[in-house]
Amino acid sequence: MSDRIRHAFATRRPALVTYVMGGDPDLPESLELALACARGGADLIELGMPFSDPIADGPVIQRASERALKSGTTVAGCLELAAQLRRKLPSTPLALMGYLNPVLAMGMDPFLARCVEAGVDAVILPDLPVEEAGEFRALAAKRGVGLVFLIAPTSTPARVQAALDASTAFAYFVSVTGVTGARTALPEETAARLDSLRRPSGPPVVVGFGVSSAEQVRSLGAHADGVVVGSAIVSRIAEPGTGAEKAARVESFVRSLRSP
Amino acid sequence: MRFGPYGGQFVPETLMPALEELQAAYAAARADAGFQAELDALLKTFAGRPTPLTPAHRMTADCGGATVVLKREDLCHTGAHKINNTLGQALLARRMGKRRIIAETGAGQHGVATATACALFGLQCEVYMGALDVERQALNVFRMRLLGATVRPVEAGSRTLKDAMNEAIRDWVTNVRDTYYLIGSVAGPHPYPTMVRDFQSVIGREARAQCLQLAGKPPDAVVACVGGGSNAMGIFTEFIPDPSVRLYAVEAAGEGLETGRHGASLARGKPGVLHGSMSYVLQDAHGQIAEAHSISAGLDYPGVGPELSDLKDRGRLQLRQATDAEALEAFEYLARQEGIIPALESAHAVSQARKIAREMGSNSVLLVNVSGRGDKDIHQVMRR
Repeated sequence: MSDRIRHAFATRRPALVTYVMGGDPDLPESLELALACARGGADLIELGMPFSDPIADGPVIQRASERALKSGTTVAGCLELAAQLRRKLPSTPLALMGYLNPVLAMGMDPFLARCVEAGVDAVILPDLPVEEAGEFRALAAKRGVGLVFLIAPTSTPARVQAALDASTAFAYFVSVTGVTGARTALPEETAARLDSLRRPSGPPVVVGFGVSSAEQVRSLGAHADGVVVGSAIVSRIAEPGTGAEKAARVESFVRSLRSP
Repeated sequence: MRFGPYGGQFVPETLMPALEELQAAYAAARADAGFQAELDALLKTFAGRPTPLTPAHRMTADCGGATVVLKREDLCHTGAHKINNTLGQALLARRMGKRRIIAETGAGQHGVATATACALFGLQCEVYMGALDVERQALNVFRMRLLGATVRPVEAGSRTLKDAMNEAIRDWVTNVRDTYYLIGSVAGPHPYPTMVRDFQSVIGREARAQCLQLAGKPPDAVVACVGGGSNAMGIFTEFIPDPSVRLYAVEAAGEGLETGRHGASLARGKPGVLHGSMSYVLQDAHGQIAEAHSISAGLDYPGVGPELSDLKDRGRLQLRQATDAEALEAFEYLARQEGIIPALESAHAVSQARKIAREMGSNSVLLVNVSGRGDKDIHQVMRR
């Protein structure tokens, strides 16, 4: 685990994890939007890498992916974005989240090498379950890039253990059986599931999918090391406005997620 | 389960337990003589199997080479080979206690076959279909609705089969506890490529025995069209162990391979991950999935089954392509020469079969899979 990640989870409980899509609506503006998240109080920044066929995402992030691809965003562009963000935010942990095929097209090891150069702390690939991740895990360990595996409400005890063991940065509990996107109500059993996932020797556990309000951040945050807000931020980016207006909107929304 | 480097289970974690459950349920069903007997009975009494093998006398004379024989999957109930698989999987879903079935469809044949199996077993059925395909296959949309299914048009992306499959996967991720995803091709995560192949391989088993009876020997070559590849794996599987039988996979060349507007994943794709498995995929240099193009909705898909990718790498397949224009020509050709109107998908196979038959000696036999009938395509052909 990188020092930045360790520090983020050690200092603020729960850590606030914010997601923006790299290249949405284009790379320079997405840089400003990620910086706005940081100003609003994000403790860890997730940058999405767009993919043509995002099967784990709901409509909001699908549209963001389409906008990013339309502006010509590639994995290489997202790595460059991460490098720029790293220069401006030396101590904020950065995670890249995307789908496997664009990473394969670059090559697993070249991708991981460029993650190191760019100062990326962790990688999340939702369509790469532990069973299929053998080579990627070995290469990431060698390069020192942290990995995040997902745990779902449907995961069996054996699968939960495998995901916790393989998660070298943090583990990501998917709060809902479904795709990404804001939900007004989250399953009641989420708190109990989260409590069962956090183990003394295990990785930090963040919870995400469906989280969109300060109330949810607070209630879930009592049972997790971090809370991820994604679609609720992305939908504010999709609304009309100038770059400066969008950044202000995102900053104030992220700040509101922390308000008592 | 891998086919060489291809296959696997590249899906969100939420679905992994469901795939484990499906794998176990299928393994148990496969070993259960009662399940097989029930499926065999349905294939015989409901689907109309065995389908005939028809000697194509006029086509044979016209080509002046191999004796051409046609495997008549167009005579299956619902008009294509798809019913072989949907009956098998619907039986499996019922055995697993799943009451809600979802499916993706391109040409609508798999959607109709799924809706039919669901009506037969009293299961709830929802079919995802690209909005473009909903337009060009209006007859099949009506048939699905008549059979009690809900058709959900998908407006995303290229509005074709690929996007329908994305949406079906998202539905499955959301409703995985009570929903069975009935995939129609030899694609998707394991165990689907194996399971769909097993259910379809009845085509090749029948065809080999019928060919022995009709021609006194097994075929020297077999031709099938390949989109995802279910009819091709269905007829090829029986012949794979016999290296003397050449296997021709005919992909959609669309407006021509050189235009980039085609569906030839095996010929022009690169290994990658789409819809849960590693296989040849049409994609750009950055790993974004390309849009496929074909006049035939069933071949309009940028991926292909992982076992076909492995067969290609092992040199077991002869790759051919047919353009939209060639498929249309073959559509009319088979109608006039043999009194059989093939599906536009199958017309791709017929188109190349004419050339292959000419290349073969007169004492050889060429087996062509007529995977479906062309009624669904008549409106589209008339409009051109």
